[in-house]
Amino acid sequence: MTGGPHPMTPAPYRVRSRRPDRADTVTLTLEPVRGDCPPFRPGQFTMLYAPGVGEIAVSISGRARSGGYTQTIRAVGAVSAALCGKRPGDVVGLRGPYGQGWGLRAAAGLDVVVAAGGLGLAPLRPVVRALLRDRPGYGRVSVIAGSRAPGLLLFRRDLACWARQGADVRVIVDHPDHTWRGPVGLVTGLIDRVVFEPRRTYAFVCGPEAMMRKTAAELVRRGVAPGRVELSLERNMKCAVARCGHCQFGPLFVCEDGPVLPYDRVAPMLAVAEL
Amino acid sequence: MDAIVIDTLEPLVAELRAGGYAVVGPVVRERVIRFEEITSADRLARGWTDVQEPGRYRLAEGDGEMVFSFAASPDSAKAYTQPPRQTLFRMRGEQIEEAEEDAPRVALLGLRACDLAAIAVQDRVFLGGRHPDPAYLRRRQALLLIAVNCAVPGGTCFCVSMHTGPRATTGFDLALTELAAPHRFVVETGSARGEPIAAALPHRPASAEDLAASAEVSRDAAEHMGRHVETEGIQERLSAHDSPRWAQVGARCLTCANCTMVCPTCFCSTVEDATSFTDGTAERIERWDSCFTLDFSEVNGTPVRGSNPGRYRQWLTHKFSTWIDQFGMSGCVGCGRCITWCPVGIDVTEELANLP
Ligand SMILES: Cc1cc2nc3c(=O)[nH]c(=O)nc-3n(C[C@H](O)[C@H](O)[C@H](O)COP(=O)(O)OP(=O)(O)OC[C@H]3O[C@@H](n4cnc5c(N)ncnc54)[C@H](O)[C@@H]3O)c2cc1C
Ligand code: SF4
Ligand code: SF4
Ligand code: FES
Repeated sequence: MTGGPHPMTPAPYRVRSRRPDRADTVTLTLEPVRGDCPPFRPGQFTMLYAPGVGEIAVSISGRARSGGYTQTIRAVGAVSAALCGKRPGDVVGLRGPYGQGWGLRAAAGLDVVVAAGGLGLAPLRPVVRALLRDRPGYGRVSVIAGSRAPGLLLFRRDLACWARQGADVRVIVDHPDHTWRGPVGLVTGLIDRVVFEPRRTYAFVCGPEAMMRKTAAELVRRGVAPGRVELSLERNMKCAVARCGHCQFGPLFVCEDGPVLPYDRVAPMLAVAEL
Repeated sequence: MDAIVIDTLEPLVAELRAGGYAVVGPVVRERVIRFEEITSADRLARGWTDVQEPGRYRLAEGDGEMVFSFAASPDSAKAYTQPPRQTLFRMRGEQIEEAEEDAPRVALLGLRACDLAAIAVQDRVFLGGRHPDPAYLRRRQALLLIAVNCAVPGGTCFCVSMHTGPRATTGFDLALTELAAPHRFVVETGSARGEPIAAALPHRPASAEDLAASAEVSRDAAEHMGRHVETEGIQERLSAHDSPRWAQVGARCLTCANCTMVCPTCFCSTVEDATSFTDGTAERIERWDSCFTLDFSEVNGTPVRGSNPGRYRQWLTHKFSTWIDQFGMSGCVGCGRCITWCPVGIDVTEELANLP
């Protein structure tokens, strides 16, 4: 019945390349030491293990040309800092990919609004790429991204590239500096600036929980169906395989039932404090 | 095999040990009934009983010849199905090796119907999902389960409410009912593994009177439940996230996690990491965790459930409601351990009764 490997055992992956994105964030390309990288769906994540330090959930931000995963990690604590410090040639542990990805198929033929706050752009990057690879398969594609400060904006080259590929790309910052000429404020401030037909629109939203709640509520107020707004939730995760209990959110295991979940399903629970 | 009657337990213990099992049964240690390895039936807690109430456990003298006249021990089968600490894997360089810890052959003697139900809950959690756990399966297959039908339910018991007892009807290899005057045990066989063990014991076939007396023990036990829970509509009641009751119970709760440690179904775990100074091997350990700790729900440096009421609500709601959504069964088997071992005597049955 279960001769297979233990669900908590990672496979060794080698860091092939490391690219600093901002002062506290790097993108690693990871390749399995043996065998192939399993396929993933945009929105899925892996558990990355820094040997002897710990293991954390990290979204897959893309697939490298060499076939490996790219994962974009912000150093906020012991484990993320250890992973950010890995150099090409170093070996880490990786399990997954895990979780439910974005509902790309359900968005077919519709306008799509992709809304990101900060590092939330990482799990959205593969979904934007998939949308733009199949440009005729969708209506208008808008990418709205918020950043605390201009210098913290992630994936600048991707954003420019997506604009050339036919997406309406808008960026907003909270705390502008003297170089910033763009709009100032929260991501919700950009919803008015992009064109979409609310009744024929699908939305993918990722960022801090407060940002996702506000963005989803605003999209719904504008007429987007709550079941067509998807959020990627963040909860403490130790296992990613529904056995450690940490990620529970009401009846949901965010690791398996999410992280991507439709707003209509989670809105009542997001309204409850400390659920 | 039809039910048999045996007069003493010594041949059973000897037969199990001869079959390569470590026999683990109820003994008195530090004035509490605990489960530990025994080499002879003499070591069992014969002649003792217990008094259990919210926040209170007392050992007391019972009927001299009876061996199993007590209710749940703070120990449960969980320590054997899901060890408190287990090594997951070791990593050195690019080599990752699973720990594959031994799964010792253990005969658990004296499990109650609620304990068997709790094992079924854990089977569902660790084997019934998308990522079955081979180490759990190995340990589970190495366990022999010998149940004892409850004769003296404790003051905090409510298995009847949870439909898990008091009689063991499934999930055991052997089930005993202890009878008095004359002192004897009716033995039922519940699995192919139990058959040869029962057959090897000095025995006689159970008579109609033996079987009737055994059934009567369970009927009587069912009428002496210390506590009761109304399960009808329980999920709706527990959806009252804003009940003032949460603040009241939260003010009493010490968030000490005792309830989750003694609960035979609570499965939450966390991980620890260590690196050997001598050769740099990194080791990962999984250990029991509790939703009552602050860092359990920490995200970005802040716990999602930072208040006592928030954490108490998570535990009670999970046990009795969202567990059903997740696993199609209740997370509570009605053993009463969490009530007895709560240092401030918080009683889940009372909390449930007082929700709207
Ligand atoms: C589905 C999912 C996808 C994620 N994707 C990314 C990503 O692409 N890039 C990235 O940089 N970060 C991502 N995170 C967040 C990342 O997991 C945390 O930043 C990380 O766990 C912090 O661990 P730490 O030990 O470095 O920090 P500490 O603050 O010391 O955290 C201690 C422990 O708390 C838990 N924890 C703390 N914050 C979080 C959190 N936000 N989410 C889950 N557990 C947390 C972890 O178990 C962690 O080991 C994701 C989280 C989830 C749930
Ligand atoms: S919640 Fe309490 S009564 Fe129910 S199974 Fe757990 S310890 Fe026993
Ligand atoms: S309910 Fe009782 S046993 Fe459980 S955490 Fe609170 S004080 Fe401790
Ligand atoms: S992360 Fe362990 S249960 Fe979801």
